[in-house]
Amino acid sequence: MAKINIDQANTTAVERMMSARPILTSIATARDVVPNMEDNLLLHAGPPVEWEQMSGPMQGAVIGGLIFEGLVQNETDAVSMVEAGEIEFAPCHEHSSVGPMAGITTASMKVYQVKNTTHGNVAYSNLNEGYGKVLRYGAFSEDVITKLRWMNDVLAAVLSEALANSENGIDIRQLLSEALHMGDEGHNRNKAGSILYTAKLAPMIAKLAIDSDVASEVLQFLADNALSVLNPVMAACKSMADAAHGVEGSTVMTTMARNGTELGIRISGLGDKWFTGPVGQPDGLYFPGFTAEDASGDIGDSTITETVGIGGFAMASAPAIVAFVSGTPQDAVNATMEMYEITVSEHNHFTIPVLNFRGTPVGVDIRKVVELGITPRINTGIAHRDAGVGQVGAGLVRPPMNVFEDALVFYAEHYGLV
Amino acid sequence: MTNVTSEIRSGTYFDSVVLMQLQKGILELDGVLDAGVMMGTQANKDVLKHSGLLPHSSETTVAEDLIISVKAESTSQASAALKHVDVLLNSRKSLTEDQEFRPRSLDMAVRTLPNTQWVIVSVPGRYAAEVAREALGFGKHVFLYSDNVSVQDEISLKKLAADKGLLVMGPDCGTAVINGIGLGFANQSKSGPIGIVAASGTGLQALTVTIDNLGSGITYAIGTGGRDLNNQIGGITSRQALDLLSRDTDTKVIILTSKPISSDAGLELMQLMYALEKPVVVNFLGYAPPAHRIGNVFFASTLRQTAELAMELCDKFDRSTILKADSKKEFASSQRYIRGLFSGGTLAYETLLVLRAFTKGIYSNIPIDASYKLDNSASSDEHTIIDMGEDEFTVGRLHPMIDSDLRLRRFQQEAADPETAVILLDVVLGYGSHPNPAAELAPIISEAKSLARRSGRYLEVVVLVVGTESDPQDVVAQTKILRQSGAHIETNADKAAIYVGNIIFRLNPSSKASLRPVILDKTRQSLAAINVGLESFYESLVRQGAEAIHVDWQPPAQGKENLMNLLAKMKG
Repeated sequence: MAKINIDQANTTAVERMMSARPILTSIATARDVVPNMEDNLLLHAGPPVEWEQMSGPMQGAVIGGLIFEGLVQNETDAVSMVEAGEIEFAPCHEHSSVGPMAGITTASMKVYQVKNTTHGNVAYSNLNEGYGKVLRYGAFSEDVITKLRWMNDVLAAVLSEALANSENGIDIRQLLSEALHMGDEGHNRNKAGSILYTAKLAPMIAKLAIDSDVASEVLQFLADNALSVLNPVMAACKSMADAAHGVEGSTVMTTMARNGTELGIRISGLGDKWFTGPVGQPDGLYFPGFTAEDASGDIGDSTITETVGIGGFAMASAPAIVAFVSGTPQDAVNATMEMYEITVSEHNHFTIPVLNFRGTPVGVDIRKVVELGITPRINTGIAHRDAGVGQVGAGLVRPPMNVFEDALVFYAEHYGLV
Repeated sequence: MTNVTSEIRSGTYFDSVVLMQLQKGILELDGVLDAGVMMGTQANKDVLKHSGLLPHSSETTVAEDLIISVKAESTSQASAALKHVDVLLNSRKSLTEDQEFRPRSLDMAVRTLPNTQWVIVSVPGRYAAEVAREALGFGKHVFLYSDNVSVQDEISLKKLAADKGLLVMGPDCGTAVINGIGLGFANQSKSGPIGIVAASGTGLQALTVTIDNLGSGITYAIGTGGRDLNNQIGGITSRQALDLLSRDTDTKVIILTSKPISSDAGLELMQLMYALEKPVVVNFLGYAPPAHRIGNVFFASTLRQTAELAMELCDKFDRSTILKADSKKEFASSQRYIRGLFSGGTLAYETLLVLRAFTKGIYSNIPIDASYKLDNSASSDEHTIIDMGEDEFTVGRLHPMIDSDLRLRRFQQEAADPETAVILLDVVLGYGSHPNPAAELAPIISEAKSLARRSGRYLEVVVLVVGTESDPQDVVAQTKILRQSGAHIETNADKAAIYVGNIIFRLNPSSKASLRPVILDKTRQSLAAINVGLESFYESLVRQGAEAIHVDWQPPAQGKENLMNLLAKMKG
């Protein structure tokens, strides 16, 4: 076997990641657009997981998803149906998709379609439900389902029409670049991005409004939710990561996701193989009335942001949320600096003003992770361990080291280095 | 019964994270059971309500209002906690001093502080060579404090460094002074005209301190590591350092403290020193010097003496006093060796001692190093010095000071050997000795010289004459006769040996190619260094005003051997 130039392969992978240009073009029904989507298939966050191993929020979201699909009426029926083996589960990641927290995506759900116009691949994500009792944290009560239906019928229709009437869709990479200069890091903090997103949609929504009450309701929903843009951002990040996947010989991480039980990564040069380990407990700050005791294991596909060089990696650009990393703006800078240690490059498009507009650290090289003993930093929301309670805090978590070590060993075997 | 006390502050805004931290601070106060600190949005109010923390007075609050609500064991404790809110908010601004980013890898340190010239390595020996190699790869000089680095690694590091014109000081290098900044363990000393090359750490420190105390100062102090002059390593760092100091215009005098020169590498170093324009003071640690002075090289036996001599030479060195071998004499290419035929044992031994500074391995019947004992004293091998006053030559004979017959025959034997370049003889006059040794020697010397000439060789004969004008033989008359025969006359053993030593140098040139010069750019305002290992080295750099960055080094792959091996295969 010819000697592989790993550095070269990694440069290629990261170049692809950075040159990907994700455009939010439309909203469609998952069944119609998501590759290999089936009516009895539920997509979930993180690496593959079976029902028995699913965490509380994940199981709750599965139940809610089945009720939403109209396949069952209640929790008991849902559990029976799953236990009867009538439902298939698969990671969102294996269907060009990503979803925050539980990430449950069903066939009838509307999804954002984000097209990488540089390389032509498309990625998908469901719509963000806002705060409180929501499906992605495992809630499945009637009001949760009602809200989902409103989103699917009303919100999605308005957004879809607005996007259809926009000239070129919404350039999410450009939006992120701007949001990073406004104090966002793109994962835990998407305040500026959500405002930018709403501002881009508002004129089109107003222009196309037949019912001004509906338009107002939709705009209010977008404006109230500082995470409105998170899902399109995640789909955009997914389209970048997928563009970097499959480069022969590359040791760049192209997937990092959690299902509440396990965290899994995938490597550009190692095909579809997952390397998994137990999720960590986030170290963070909690909402009133909650403590670390209440926290679920780390969950969600939102680590797609860190995978492409934002989120925890761009912490220096979000000094307002530095308390998550323990205190001062200097700590936020240090958090980003640390990630330069394990990455291949500095981002061409995502820059950090406080670091003299240096590009964010991008493209985690598993060799560096293992050598230096530094795992990627993840900024994350913290879910309650019980289904349906919702978010209880936010903080910092790291993946288990073994997933990188395992991937390294597998790489060496795969490429005949041992 | 628990008590909830609340406060609403209108028109204030804090980021939710600041508030969550504030809330955490309140929870740590005495008697506090729960606390909620949130902006008054509807969603937040729902959260507070759920926890039983929503104040009745908050129904009309808006998003711009800050709600602070504390549940405590008593009302007074709740009130006390509320009063503490501002203390907590203000304390955030005066947290402990910000910790600058500390890179974990050398790569990151280089990117963070690209203008560094030096990397100081003090990690455990097992990992030190790899860190040093990486530093050289980045084009940095290395100060290698770590010990337990293998000889193989030292060789490969120093060769790599030499190829790049970089220095590796060490391993096990305790101290150095570069551009006025001390590395490792170093004393604050003045700058001045003396440059030091040293293997040992404390010796170097003692020297710099002595020089400073005596009112002078140093340009550079360069550590080489204790094994640098081993034959395997070949004195690479020492040679680089000597070359560097010889080119440095501020350095007037060079000091070398070293183990005794006994290896090939050490001798090559001596050759290098003899060729320099500047005076060099050599201190052989704990060993008798071979001479007081050889050309521009001066020998001292204690550190204080070394420092004093160096300072003296800064003002007083006169190049014209240097004796160099006459290069006009036309030796044949076969002629490489000295043969010494002594009647006096002490003179022979002193000659052996001095010649250690010029060549290793002189065969003898009275060798300094037992491995150079002649198997058969009647037959010479390469460089040979024979004490013919030893018992083996005097059994049944008179001492050679009286009866020179055996020595004269040996002289002819050596003169006929095409490998012989120089024959060194002693002639000891005085009562009891041969009445006219010159008359016996002179004809044999001139005959041997003309025989050599006819065979296309040049034979140098050096006679060490020991005597006074009042001696029965008259030293002046004896010298005159010998000189007429073509012999070179010396009156002291050390001078004779130095004269011969210079010829040996000329006839046995070093096979080593000269090394790529090391450039230490002094035009930079100050030294900039990356410290990998002991944090105290970083702190002392900073205290001296050097630009420095500390690497928070950890064993690669957390010290897991199998992963380290895989990583090694996955470079590039």
